Amino acid sequence: MALELDSITVRYGQTAAVSDVSLSVADGEVVALLGPSGCGKSTLLRTVAGLEKPTSGSVSWDTTDLAGVPVHRREFGLVFQDGQLFPHRTVAGNVAFGLRMKKVEREARDKRVLSLLELVGLEGYADRRVTQLSGGEQQRVALARALAPSPRLLLLDEPLSALDRALREQLAVDLARLLREAATTALVVTHDHDEAFTLADRVAIMSRGRIVQVGPPAEVWSSPVDVETAKFLGCNKFVPGSFVGLDVERVGLRATALRVDSDGLIEGTVVERVHRRDHVRLLVEIDGEEYEAVGPMTEIGDRVRLEIDLDGVARIG
Amino acid sequence: MGRAVAQARAGLSSRTGWSAAALLPLAFLALFFAWPVLAIVSLGLREGGVLSALSDSDTWELVGFTLGQALASTVVAVVAGMPLAFVLARCRIRGLGLIRAAVMVPFVLPTVVVGLAFRTFWPDGGVLPIVLANAFFNVAVVARTVGGLWAHTDRRAEDAARALGASRPRAFLSVVLPALAPAIGSAAAVVFLFCATSFGVVLVLGGSKYRTLETEIYLRTVELFDLSGAAALSLLQFAAVLAVLVLGALARRRRETALALRDREELARRPSGGEWYVVLAAFAVVVALLTPVVGLVTRSLSTRDGWSFAGYVALNTRGDRGTLAVTGIDAAVNSLRTAFDATLVALVVGVFSAVVLVGLRRSGARFAEVLDTALMLPLGVSAVTVGFGYLITMDALPGDFRTSPLLVPLAQALVVTPLIVRMVLPVLRAVDERLRQAAATLGASPSRVWREVDLPLVGRSLVAAAGFGYVVALGEFGATSFLARPDAPTLPVVIARLMSRPGELNSQMAYAACALLMVVTVGCVLLIERLRVPSSGEF
Repeated sequence: MALELDSITVRYGQTAAVSDVSLSVADGEVVALLGPSGCGKSTLLRTVAGLEKPTSGSVSWDTTDLAGVPVHRREFGLVFQDGQLFPHRTVAGNVAFGLRMKKVEREARDKRVLSLLELVGLEGYADRRVTQLSGGEQQRVALARALAPSPRLLLLDEPLSALDRALREQLAVDLARLLREAATTALVVTHDHDEAFTLADRVAIMSRGRIVQVGPPAEVWSSPVDVETAKFLGCNKFVPGSFVGLDVERVGLRATALRVDSDGLIEGTVVERVHRRDHVRLLVEIDGEEYEAVGPMTEIGDRVRLEIDLDGVARIG
Repeated sequence: MGRAVAQARAGLSSRTGWSAAALLPLAFLALFFAWPVLAIVSLGLREGGVLSALSDSDTWELVGFTLGQALASTVVAVVAGMPLAFVLARCRIRGLGLIRAAVMVPFVLPTVVVGLAFRTFWPDGGVLPIVLANAFFNVAVVARTVGGLWAHTDRRAEDAARALGASRPRAFLSVVLPALAPAIGSAAAVVFLFCATSFGVVLVLGGSKYRTLETEIYLRTVELFDLSGAAALSLLQFAAVLAVLVLGALARRRRETALALRDREELARRPSGGEWYVVLAAFAVVVALLTPVVGLVTRSLSTRDGWSFAGYVALNTRGDRGTLAVTGIDAAVNSLRTAFDATLVALVVGVFSAVVLVGLRRSGARFAEVLDTALMLPLGVSAVTVGFGYLITMDALPGDFRTSPLLVPLAQALVVTPLIVRMVLPVLRAVDERLRQAAATLGASPSRVWREVDLPLVGRSLVAAAGFGYVVALGEFGATSFLARPDAPTLPVVIARLMSRPGELNSQMAYAACALLMVVTVGCVLLIERLRVPSSGEF
């Protein structure tokens, strides 16, 4: 085990931002801390970085307790949501910063900077001023800067949240590739489940300062531990398992759980419809209850048959 | 258990470390400020009479007039300084460097000379010329301090307010003004202190009718030898200043926000619409500021026999019938050297103090307010008191410090340090904490973070502060006049001496020396402007 968090609690006066959290990240593994804003995930990340002191519990790396190791000796890279590039340095100057701190020779430094800029797709940007970069470019520089000194662990605090949607999706894919290629051990904080599932090998769901579930993305997605987690992961309707033919007590339905299909066994009446990019979102009344469904163009008041899509169904527990 | 203790100790140790560091500037203040002042005060107290001075209704009238004129002067300086701050920070128009220089010049003129310049307009003196002359000095403080922050504040907040339906004045009042409040507060506090302890101006323009605590302390010490009365007034002045400083510190604490610092170039643009009225107002202020200056230069070139360079030629002499111990040129060279030493000392102490203040505040130490307030105190204490205090205490230091060539620079540094702290601190505080954290995670130790992140970001204001400090030290008169040895006077001391002696040549020479001081000042200011390379080298 590389990173080991052992019953960490962080208190600010009376309120506990993080309560009794234990988590481990293996060598080369990417773990996402996923949760709504204010759940304590950023505080936990900052505690790992050494920017916050835990009230109790320990952070250790390869079984060495880091309590007495200050931020700058931990060799943990950190990428902020909004880059936080040094405004008085060029792109190359920013990327080279950590290497200078490690007293890497000039020649090796320049080489490393160029290779990292290439890695993040910013060849030829070395001498640009960071104030002239777009948000996406700034985030790429921030990533290159954090990766340059080859940190033992990379900490990413909502690395893509400040970007617009199309860019975010593109960068998430790039970032996932980068982390895999460099075999980076990383802890990512995010409130966006798409981002977490794209980047991470394992996802830890946080709620009110506690980790409520840890597991591979597919497992967490299909079997959230409780109703609250299921809601956070997009389920908006909860029914007995028998409704979808599963032998579990309760399941959560996402909007994609029901699909209009003439062979379907469930029957209902369309009460509302909204056009989306590539499909139509329907609200269907079944036995006096309203359910979301996906389907082709229909009129309000139409009777439709619905098929269950198990990808949209989450078993609770 | 052991770890919990270690962690508690780690949190404590950063606080203890900063508190220990704070002892250095405090020790400097104790040795070169508190000790001399306390020595003078205790000298006065020993002779009694403090109670009778405090129960005298005249005393309270003095306090009232001192604070009243200081308040009025502060208001005038802030009102006149704001349009200048706007133009300096936000407008791209021709001749900005010249405007900057024109604003700076009054601040460094010797007080006695400004008093005389205003007397040419109001021959009998009075309250109005006192207030105007005090404001005249301090417009620069407001324009530079507020302008410095304004140039770095994100314009988009204002744009957002406009887009939400706020008129231009409304957007200014509800968005821009609150953002500038810390700088305006700092500037107003400094100006108030300067005006409350202003000496030369009140002495020249007030005559025997309008007296402040400062002139009264001077009169009682130097002319009436009433040390106990002077000590009582010193105590009173000290208490009033302390009260104002504490109020200011309380007000400042509530308004600390991380600002979005931006590159100045993209913010400065050509004024549009109603902004031209502000530019017009700024130019009116500049003209008003230049009037006494131009009058002074004119006076230095005109004699009873018409235009003449006689005063300037005489600078190479010791004045009419050997009024001076050295030539005017020697005094000028000495001035430059002394001011350089003073600035160096003030920069070291001031920047160190600002760094410690930020560190203390970040580690949550209450001690921060104490140090912050203590650093401002020298501005509020009578220069006369400090000067006299030096004379009776400094011989106790090794090697009889009274004759040391460092004595005058140290006294000047005492006046300059608070200015440097006030100019550097707001910018230092506004540096985003996460920028430092980013540097730390990249392997920079705390001291390295200061060097790599904070210092480059405040570099601009640091250069400005150093230049500002230098010209203030050049023009310092109150304490210097008591401490400068006759064989090594500074230019302001020489000017005052020449003014006090009869002889057409002497006054001609004084005016020429004034003009020379202005030239040096303008030169310094232009040099600072040149150092601040536009666009790319901004930070």
